[in-house]
Amino acid sequence: MKFIRLTALLLVGAASLPANAALKVLATTPDWGALTQELGGDKVNVYVATTALQDVHRVEAKPSLVARARSADLVVATGAELEVGWLPVLIQESGNANIQKGARGYFEAASALRLLEVPSQVDRAMGDIHPDGNPHVQLDPHNILAVAHALTTRLAQLDPGQAAYYAARAKDFDTRWDAATKTWEAKAAPLRGAQVVIMHRDQVYLCHWLGLVEVASIEPKPGVPPTAAYLGTLVGKLTTTPPKLILLNAYNDPKAASWLSERIHTPAVTLPFSVGGSPEAKDLFGLFDDTINKLLAAFK
Amino acid sequence: MRDFKSVAALIALATMPAMAPAADDAAALRAELQALKNDYNSRVDALEARIKQLETANAAAADAAMAMAAAPPPPPEPAPSGAPAGGASAFNPAISLILGGSFTGTSRDPADWHIAGFPPAGDEIGPGERSFNLGESELTFSASIDPYFSGVLTAAITGENEIEVEEAYFRTTALHNGLTIKGGRFFSGFGYLNEVHAHAWDFVDQPLAYQAMFGGQYKQNGVQVKWLAPTDLFLEFGAEAGNGDGYPATRLEKNGFNGVTLFTHLGGDIGDYTSWRVGGSWLTQRAEGREGGIPDADGFPLFDQFTGDSDTWVVDGVLKWAPSPRRQLKVQGEYLHRRESGEIADSLGTVLADNYRNTSSGWYLQSVYQFAPRWRVGARYDSLESDAPSYTFAPPDLLDASPDRVSLMLDWNPSEFSRLRAQYDWDNARDDGETDRIWRLQYIYGIGAHGAHKY
Repeated sequence: MKFIRLTALLLVGAASLPANAALKVLATTPDWGALTQELGGDKVNVYVATTALQDVHRVEAKPSLVARARSADLVVATGAELEVGWLPVLIQESGNANIQKGARGYFEAASALRLLEVPSQVDRAMGDIHPDGNPHVQLDPHNILAVAHALTTRLAQLDPGQAAYYAARAKDFDTRWDAATKTWEAKAAPLRGAQVVIMHRDQVYLCHWLGLVEVASIEPKPGVPPTAAYLGTLVGKLTTTPPKLILLNAYNDPKAASWLSERIHTPAVTLPFSVGGSPEAKDLFGLFDDTINKLLAAFK
Repeated sequence: MRDFKSVAALIALATMPAMAPAADDAAALRAELQALKNDYNSRVDALEARIKQLETANAAAADAAMAMAAAPPPPPEPAPSGAPAGGASAFNPAISLILGGSFTGTSRDPADWHIAGFPPAGDEIGPGERSFNLGESELTFSASIDPYFSGVLTAAITGENEIEVEEAYFRTTALHNGLTIKGGRFFSGFGYLNEVHAHAWDFVDQPLAYQAMFGGQYKQNGVQVKWLAPTDLFLEFGAEAGNGDGYPATRLEKNGFNGVTLFTHLGGDIGDYTSWRVGGSWLTQRAEGREGGIPDADGFPLFDQFTGDSDTWVVDGVLKWAPSPRRQLKVQGEYLHRRESGEIADSLGTVLADNYRNTSSGWYLQSVYQFAPRWRVGARYDSLESDAPSYTFAPPDLLDASPDRVSLMLDWNPSEFSRLRAQYDWDNARDDGETDRIWRLQYIYGIGAHGAHKY
């Protein structure tokens, strides 16, 4: 029976999508997963490839992900080389023409955004830099909105029968997100101009949005762990004019940050970074609520 | 207008350093900064213009999609967020280069290394020569060919100044329903390690089983068809046919193909941190006048040529546990079993027996643990077993051979692109009761495009 069903599936072909089936979406990060869920409601079936406790740079092209890529109607990725170490393998191995690069079923959030830190020259001696710009875009709510608009268009193109449904959900999300963004910005106003130490270059968009001023980074170069000597210079540099906060992410090793925190008497605050990075960050709204709350709590 | 702006920016960038007074470092730096700023500003302008354009296009596309629900227009091509690539070179393939080399010390002469009970399987096996050795420099080119195919070439430039085509294949990208077809020269998809490129191995060399039974790795010159089942559990089936050019097969003097391989893999996750894959494979190959025979107790070959069938089956398994981005445990093992039957001949081609039979097998189990962000330690146990060959007039004193080996490994990975490794082996491959102690230091560096690794 199963064999017959498999054969039938093979013959029918994925090109002719049944009219009432939910779109199968493979999202590379919990944030794009949550956004797709917001916009797609019950018309999408979302599988998220990573958790907030993983470093998205270094994820394995696991068999389970290849299997999900095989049946996906849409891949929602960040792009800008964030997933370069594993996503190409999933797409290659998937045997799924719908999600190949350039196909309609392949969506990159970065294509809807203006990336920060586009290097004018690249060399690996500079560490893990991304030639297309900094890909850690999700911690600026304006970016989320821009991606939401582009993603809604894409969902409507993939599933034209539900275009009105997606448009309505997008409009609703738009209103709620806009209001929430205003609240976050008002709440976070006291943070503007505060000096912070960041971990990796992945809090750049958050700093840019809230007007936080990065005075140092715990990684001497992107992706390069700090040496004792480098941390020593940081202490020397920051003792006289201590910053307000040290920011790190749920997936980071907290050792270096807490070491520095003790030396320069500056609180280190662990931010969820992605949906699921803290118990409060259940969805995108929770992610930003919790990020702002944690920042404010540590700032006092 | 946009083009004019970027040209202006380019000219500004090109002339700026020339105008900066070289004598004064601070002034030079300021000038450079200014140039950067100018460049950045013009780029932001260009990007803003592009975003506006895109937004209009997107809005139009969305409207259109919602208006006529039937056939939406194709999505507008996303604007690249990096610098615009120019002209013909924009289509250049991704290029990556692996540099490798080692320093080897052995307690016994590597020149007379051979695996007891197994016929010689080519010249790419064994501990290699003593002292400094330049490894293979692997050069890989890859790109989409058109909307239907992609292509890959991996050439190995050896320390002996030869260029070998390691892999050169096309692969389909436009098939649906989990189908992928690959053609050309490629590492056969059986087992686990056969498809893994040397720079991604967890030890300096392949397990003895792969060395003795496939001369290291089996390359298929032919076609592979793979089908991935539409299930949440990973389930793939593959079939290959080639020309048989590679141990234990040979090319045949007839039309048709040689070296049919069938394989299947099953894999999935256990919780958030653990993933696994298991597989089973079967290879049926034929050899005609394959040179080299099983050595007797004194190391002399019992025969010089083999003509007959060689059937191999392989089971493989791998488990990875990654509780944090900085720690990972990987356990893998494979069992290979081969049966050969046919006729054997001497160096002149005179048939010695036509009822030759031999059964051999090998397995390994290895584990690698990343205990700190940059450090990994590993251990491997290797074992081989070859029954005494049976045929009319076989010498009566032939014994079963059971070589084995223990290896320990430690590597340091300053970044994703560099690896320095030390490995120590207790090698009992020769089976004369004397252990060869082998130690090796190895470097592996990758430059160029960021490669994506298979599971």
